[in-house]
Amino acid sequence: MRILPFIIVIITGSLLIWAGQDMPDFGDPDAPAHHHVADWYIENSHKDVAVENMVTSILADYRGYDTFGETTVIFTAGIAVILILRRRED
Amino acid sequence: MREEDIIIRTVIRLMVPFIQVFGLYVVFHGGVGPGGGFQGGVIMAASIILYVMAFGITAGKQRLSEKVNMILRSTGVYLYGGAGVLALIFGGKFLDYGVIPLPLHGASHIRAFMIDGVVEVGVAITVMAVMVTIFFEFYPGGTSDD
Repeated sequence: MRILPFIIVIITGSLLIWAGQDMPDFGDPDAPAHHHVADWYIENSHKDVAVENMVTSILADYRGYDTFGETTVIFTAGIAVILILRRRED
Repeated sequence: MREEDIIIRTVIRLMVPFIQVFGLYVVFHGGVGPGGGFQGGVIMAASIILYVMAFGITAGKQRLSEKVNMILRSTGVYLYGGAGVLALIFGGKFLDYGVIPLPLHGASHIRAFMIDGVVEVGVAITVMAVMVTIFFEFYPGGTSDD
């Protein structure tokens, strides 16, 4: 019965390797991921946000919702830890 | 509380303020270089965790009490959300800081000020308080308020 998981792993691995052949090269500047909104950010972020670090301007302004969600997730994690681990007085 | 090495105590007592200043530097340097609220907040929390490891949970809770920590945890989220709601009040979209009327030249500088001065600080406060909370709650014997 050990042979079935092995066959599934082999088939899945082969499929992933086969599908990976169509990926753009690592670090390829012409990859589609680098030309969706990245060009627009590089050209316009300094006009929109006077922050030297482009990463910060994207993180806190263009992707402000995302970062707000991240902060809320961390806050929720802290609350969850308290709810689960804090010993009650009684 | 068990006896600790005098060297460890002295070195950590010397290191903690420098770690905290470095943490503040990372928070406020997020606009011009690597860094930001998340990283700086973790460094600030690391200084308190280091202090607790040398001086015990009781001394650590005297420095950063549970009550203050509880307030700080939500203050960061409120600062960030408040910046977003402030933009909403002044007629913009949520988290579009550019419409807030501040005495700075241009919307881009207002956005930069809000990011560096409010948003990153809020993130740092929440991250620091939550990291310290997680450490305090996991600390042996640190779950009760003794």
